[in-house]
Amino acid sequence: MLPLLRLAWRESRTARRRLLLFMSSISLGVAALVAIDSFAANTTRSIREQSRAILGGDLAFSARQAFAPPVVALFDSLRTAGVPVEHVTTFGSMATVTRTGATRLTQVRAVTAGYPLYGDVVTVPTGAWAGLSARAIALVDPSLLIALDAQVGDSLSLGFATFVIAGVVEQIPGDPGVAAAIGPRVFIAERWVAATQLLTFGSRAEYEAVVKLPPETAPGRWIAPLRPTFRESDVRIRTVNERENDLADGIGQLSKFIGVVGLVALLLGGIGVASGVHAFVQRKVETVAILRCLGATGWQVLLVYAIQAAAMGLVGATGGAVLGVGIQYALPLALGDFLPVDVAITLEPSAIFSGIAIGVWVALIFALRPLLALRRISPLATLRRDAVTIDAARRRDPATWAVTALLATSVVLLAMTRAENAEEGFYFTLGIAATLGILAASALLLIGVARRVSRPGLPYVLRQGIANLHRPANQTTSVVIALGFGAFLVSTLYLVQANLLQQFDRTVGASRGNLLFFDVQDDQRRGVDSLVRNAGQAVLQSVPIVTMRIQLINGKDVPAYAREVGIPPSYWALRREYRSTYRDTIVATETLLDGEWFAPAPVAGAPFELSLEHEVAENLRVGLGDEITWDVQGVAVRTRLTSIREVDWGQFEPNFFAVFPTAALREAPQQHIVLAAVNADTTVARLQRQAVARFPNVSSIDLSLIRGTITQIVERVATAVRFLALFSFAMGIPVLFSAVAATRRDRLRESVLLKALGASRAQVGRILLSEYAALGMLGALAGMVLSYGAAWALMRWVFALPFAGAPLAALAIAALMASMALVIGMLTSRDVFRVTAMEALRE
Amino acid sequence: MLVARNLSKEFTSGAHQLSVLHGVSFDIPDGACVAIVGPSGSGKTTLLGLLAGLDTPSGGEVILDGAPLHALSEDARAKVRGDKVGFVFQSFQLIPTLTAVENVQVPLELRGDRGAGARARTLLERVGLGARLDHYPTQLSGGEQQRVAIARAFANRPKVLFADEPTGNLDGATGDRIVALLEALNRDEGTTIVLVTHDAALAERTQRVIRLRDGDLVEDRLTTRR
Repeated sequence: MLPLLRLAWRESRTARRRLLLFMSSISLGVAALVAIDSFAANTTRSIREQSRAILGGDLAFSARQAFAPPVVALFDSLRTAGVPVEHVTTFGSMATVTRTGATRLTQVRAVTAGYPLYGDVVTVPTGAWAGLSARAIALVDPSLLIALDAQVGDSLSLGFATFVIAGVVEQIPGDPGVAAAIGPRVFIAERWVAATQLLTFGSRAEYEAVVKLPPETAPGRWIAPLRPTFRESDVRIRTVNERENDLADGIGQLSKFIGVVGLVALLLGGIGVASGVHAFVQRKVETVAILRCLGATGWQVLLVYAIQAAAMGLVGATGGAVLGVGIQYALPLALGDFLPVDVAITLEPSAIFSGIAIGVWVALIFALRPLLALRRISPLATLRRDAVTIDAARRRDPATWAVTALLATSVVLLAMTRAENAEEGFYFTLGIAATLGILAASALLLIGVARRVSRPGLPYVLRQGIANLHRPANQTTSVVIALGFGAFLVSTLYLVQANLLQQFDRTVGASRGNLLFFDVQDDQRRGVDSLVRNAGQAVLQSVPIVTMRIQLINGKDVPAYAREVGIPPSYWALRREYRSTYRDTIVATETLLDGEWFAPAPVAGAPFELSLEHEVAENLRVGLGDEITWDVQGVAVRTRLTSIREVDWGQFEPNFFAVFPTAALREAPQQHIVLAAVNADTTVARLQRQAVARFPNVSSIDLSLIRGTITQIVERVATAVRFLALFSFAMGIPVLFSAVAATRRDRLRESVLLKALGASRAQVGRILLSEYAALGMLGALAGMVLSYGAAWALMRWVFALPFAGAPLAALAIAALMASMALVIGMLTSRDVFRVTAMEALRE
Repeated sequence: MLVARNLSKEFTSGAHQLSVLHGVSFDIPDGACVAIVGPSGSGKTTLLGLLAGLDTPSGGEVILDGAPLHALSEDARAKVRGDKVGFVFQSFQLIPTLTAVENVQVPLELRGDRGAGARARTLLERVGLGARLDHYPTQLSGGEQQRVAIARAFANRPKVLFADEPTGNLDGATGDRIVALLEALNRDEGTTIVLVTHDAALAERTQRVIRLRDGDLVEDRLTTRR
């Protein structure tokens, strides 16, 4: 073995660079796997280490309304027993800076003195957090200061209370950075909430309590006997372990998705390796024939070159791993905003070694198939060049079959490591196989077409270029696959992103109004209305909202009904608080699916008519004619389901699960949403200021601001997507180089012969140009067509949204990929122009 | 002893059967030096390939030092070649990526012999290339390359050395030195030498001439030099 190793090492001298180029095809795949696996391991570890800080305690309790008396009593008894309990109440409010008059909708977080129970809040100036309860001060997100043109020391009004901005919160455990983009946060002490008078009837707020248990207490076991009390009061409980597992699962999903991209890159790299090694084998015929003459057996020869391939694969994979570690350090820049923890980046030996091992294995297994041909090189080739028939009998070679089977098994096993379960792994393998199959079929089609169209009528250079696509030992298939796959990934990512953005544009753009007032109390509605009209603007809609819960269905209470229809009593559709409306007409965003719209006048004594959105009706297992009794803030309202609607939730209009006739709810306690169409930005700001001055509890949103906010979030997601797209684009490059370099020698010989026979450099150039243009166009177009299918499927099944094509952009991507093929092709063939006829013929 | 019995070789070219060697038989005793001559297309190289076990005959037998080459698999023939056969080619056939000494080591290393390096150096010194051990083939002249090839051919102490036009690519004087080297090694090591050549003068320097024409053995005579 040692002498063979020595021989392999010496013999590889001149081939190392070339082999390394082929093997670098796998580097990007390895880099992706190492980067994402390391990052996922880092993140999961950080989550485990910081999980208490993320949750704010060992246990968190949350509810949509103020905690019920039994729950409050429980917290009090805990406090008495020495168990710390702290509270956070989160609600939306307009914030106004007194000095500038600027207003903005914010998320107010009112906290008790000891919050959070774990982790540290970073503020500027330092220590400001500790003083929160002492005075009426507020700590705010830095983005709010910018949005309101405010500074530390300014007064900030929230509802009827005024606070001094005492500093900014740089970091608070548990909130991902992106949370601030959704709504800038204002932190105040809970004792000032009452002074704001913002938590009035119907206000939306989230009430949360966190508890710190004595060390060594298992939160899950400790809370088990108390769960029923909380469940009855609609309080959701999360233990530190549950939160930890939820987050770790999320990270796991993300890393699996990116891991799949890495795996695809690796497999594509494998194809690059195979085509490169195929060409390498052609160059080694003479040397192998000599070795065979000197007594080397077929297997010895195979071993010598397999050792070389594995060694270069190791170098390629190690290079990839180094790159991966570099990317791992850069990933927090792209993803950090979306993570709830500060990720401590450390080297992950297991991710690095498994990445390298997988890379070497993929390189070796893909190289082995072409290398097997070396065993069949006859020693007779030393005497006669025509004795070289290395491809003969390939189909009958059991070793080729064995290696092919091993290769397929490896792909399936690798897919399994990235999939949630065997089924997903199977579909993933199937997806890759189908994509490769379609691309390979497109290549075969191109070869067939090329054979047919290269007729004498065509100009010579074009004919010769097209003939190159189907001549023996062409690389049409591998180039089309490499290019097609790259185009496919880039174009799919782009189409999905464009579709999501377009969907959002439609949602916001379709709305006729641009200023939305909400939390408008019944007695404030006229005031808001006249405020808008007096400014010369139009009120488009004023929609009443009544909150309610289900009391009875067909005469049975919720637990009994749930038992009867076989759904859990805690099921959201049964337990949730419904925010419903009343009106006598159906609106543009709704379609009647079944039944009839409300009769003009109610029948005295009969239940009121009711219209439900079709999915909620399915979830409640109710149909036309069923009776539902609603608890409308203590008053029972009987209804009979008389119509079922489909609602276009994509429209930025107030939409509802349950709609009642006016007579049913006119007298119920209610609040309103008012939608106005305002024609200038300055008017929008002025109206917001006036509204908050007159009605401090009323919140308003400038829809164009929401659009800006969402665009900002989408932009951050898009950065991550663009990174992936760039990566997909990049991973095609070494593969293309390998595939093109594979035929370089034949091309050189042929071009030089052509030159010797009188072809000009320009003619030779045009031949190459027409060949690569055809290859590039077909590969890119095949990828583009595939990406349409994939993007359509993703939009339909993952995002459940309609798909619209973006042909111009997709064509631009295809053109870019085709140009890349052209550039790489011409770059790799530059020797054709440089070498003189004599030089090459002497070789 | 190298024995050829009724050797024939046919090639299939498209639908045609092409017969290039028809029932050739002869024995070559150990230590002999024999030339196979004939015009182009007479089947010389085909015969050399069969005798050396590089190819299998369509009919007949080849027995090299007791090994029935015609009946062995390719890998078994490779082992026979590694143990008992040396080659010298018209185009030298050195491995371009290996130095002179490494080229000579190859047959020894393939067999797993120890001390391959020392023996390779000794052989190269013997052919007068002691100062060129670490040169690559492209850094050597044609004559030097052929001397490396001869050193390599003798590395595994072969029973039989096959030479295909060993002077074909060399000028007259260099060719003479190569032939003298082959003769000396034949004499000192007792190796059987079978060489294929167009060169009548070179053929006459061997002990026996076997002449082929159109695939038939037409002459088998001893020369004046024994």
